[in-house]
Amino acid sequence: MSTLEPDPRDGMVQVLDEEGGVVGDVPDLSDEEFVAMYRHMKLARHFDERAVSLQRQGRMGTYPPLSGQEGAQVGSAFALAEDDWLIPSYREHGAALVRGLPLRDTLLYWMGDERGSLIPEDANVFTPAVPIASQVPHATGMAWADKLKNGGETDKAFICYFGDGATSEGDFHEGLNFAGVFDTPTVFFCNNNQWAISVPRERQTASETLAQKAVAYGFEGVQVDGMDPLAVYKATTEALEKAKNPGEGELRPTLIEAVQYRFGAHTTADDPTVYREDEEVEEWKRKDPIPRLEKFLRNQGILDDDRVETIEESVREEVAEAIDAAESTVRPDPSTMFDHVFAEKTPEIQRQAEEFARLREEYGDEAFLEE
Amino acid sequence: MSSQQQDQATQNLTLVQSVRDALATEMDLDDDVLVMGEDVGKNGGVFRATEGLYDEFGEHRVVDTPLAESGIIGTAVGMAAMGLKPVPEIQFSGFAYPGFDQIVSHMARLRTRSRSRYTLPMVLRMPYGGGIRAPEHHSESKEAFYAHEAGLKVVIPSTPYDTKGLLISAIRDPDPVVFMEPKLIYRAFRGEVPEGDYEVPIGEAVTRREGSDISVFTYGAMTRPSLEAAEELAEEGIDAEVVDLRTVSPLDRESIVESFKKTGRACVVHEAPKTGGLAGEITATLQEEALLYQEAPVKRVTGYDVPYPLYAMEDYYMPNAARVADGIKEAVEF
Repeated sequence: MSTLEPDPRDGMVQVLDEEGGVVGDVPDLSDEEFVAMYRHMKLARHFDERAVSLQRQGRMGTYPPLSGQEGAQVGSAFALAEDDWLIPSYREHGAALVRGLPLRDTLLYWMGDERGSLIPEDANVFTPAVPIASQVPHATGMAWADKLKNGGETDKAFICYFGDGATSEGDFHEGLNFAGVFDTPTVFFCNNNQWAISVPRERQTASETLAQKAVAYGFEGVQVDGMDPLAVYKATTEALEKAKNPGEGELRPTLIEAVQYRFGAHTTADDPTVYREDEEVEEWKRKDPIPRLEKFLRNQGILDDDRVETIEESVREEVAEAIDAAESTVRPDPSTMFDHVFAEKTPEIQRQAEEFARLREEYGDEAFLEE
Repeated sequence: MSSQQQDQATQNLTLVQSVRDALATEMDLDDDVLVMGEDVGKNGGVFRATEGLYDEFGEHRVVDTPLAESGIIGTAVGMAAMGLKPVPEIQFSGFAYPGFDQIVSHMARLRTRSRSRYTLPMVLRMPYGGGIRAPEHHSESKEAFYAHEAGLKVVIPSTPYDTKGLLISAIRDPDPVVFMEPKLIYRAFRGEVPEGDYEVPIGEAVTRREGSDISVFTYGAMTRPSLEAAEELAEEGIDAEVVDLRTVSPLDRESIVESFKKTGRACVVHEAPKTGGLAGEITATLQEEALLYQEAPVKRVTGYDVPYPLYAMEDYYMPNAARVADGIKEAVEF
């Protein structure tokens, strides 16, 4: 059975049950790859906990937590080939770190430092989009461009992440519609975490699933257990493969709905206890992707107490180093504000930059900085 | 074109034909350039701005898209980020608003957001303005929206020659350009347009008529009534200089100020509503840069602050030569 077809047992693709028991075909990964996937999930979780804590201590600005979504983020990003592209929303720090984005840069970005936005040249990652669903047509356009440049063929796929709330936006529909019409090598990955800030999934749509929306655009949609990293990995791998090498009469795009839960707030600026019940959170926490994968790996003899402890220690060190690096980075030179508006400064921007330089010179930076 | 066959160097084109000529010229020179939008392909565009391009360059470079402005602009953003040079068309500027988020949130600021790793060499074309007896939402003149947005260049030509040269410059520009075409004068007259490629620089105004008594600053479709008014007033002994801005962002402040210092009076003419329009920006620039040269208050001759009326009333809404002449006289006789 194709992993892109829903498992008749519960309507969605699953490899591991909530206890880490095997209920589907285990993807063909080496022991090292399994451990790397596990480590990335642990890293994403610990990073997230520390980021929330930094925000609470006033050391970082508003931050969107990802805890609960590590299985979907890491499992899907692990499926990407080196040349594939990742087009994130604003919550994919876990997926981004799999693609080689330095943790320090992610911290800088949420600390309000523009330099955190500069993605390394060797990482095929697009800049995060904050307006909801607006990155969906970008992903379609990027994939479309690649296909046009290669005479209608492509050896790359483009995965685009967004949440359940995004499926209500016009840009979601326009992006998927263009993808179907122009048959672009795009994988649309919906992190259905059940809540768009305080509005539940049931208030986004009367559709039975989000995956079924793909039918309207002429391509395949699949619902996958987003708390099961191996199921996510399998479904994404197949979708990426189809994007590059579609079968006879098959369209390249796929919509994946990864059913999952965000354990924390939408961002550190909101309080989820206002809109959802503790029982619901507890129920979903029992599906936590990390212990689930850990149990499986222990059962396979791939992980033991020692190895887990070593990983936890190295993850703590890595995050601590990234925080040190971010916090010890000297403030950005504010004059760079004028540098990235156009390839060449317009006369007026040049004038404004000069006036700004004069004001700093005359009054000193203390006159501008609120501490 | 056939009328000019004895002269190989130029063609006698309307403004909309020069749009087409610019697209064909640049598509021929650069395989990365492509045109996309509603009805731009087989139909050749509702104003025929892309006529024949589909047959010449094929369906992958002249793309009929689904009817979706955000989809058109948003996918063009993705294409441009990957190195293509898309030229999306919005059929009428009054229909650009479903794509407005893509324009201001992404097209304008991807370079900034990515610290220049990505830039968008794209040109968003849209016919704008009134005076053609069109239905509701087909006549707006909202260039100020785009001029207000940092990261966008906004170009509005007024002659066939400039249209071709400016559009070629816009396509070659590494940054995103909003190219607004005055549909009132798409076919109102012809002009000599060189064959082959040439550039008219973005950000440079041009003096259409030299004068010493007052400077008239205008652009796009309003250039013609402004020149007409200047000619009429010349008979009454008022010598008006007419400056066609050609680019409303970035504004050529230097030329504006220089002309004003010569004449000491100004009348700014645009069909867009007065409040928040470019005339305010130009007036403020003159205050900042040339207050002591000022002989009279700056007069603004603009559209009114009302929704663009249905066409039975549009002649009263649009500035014409009479209103421009009245504005010039007011400033001169102050």
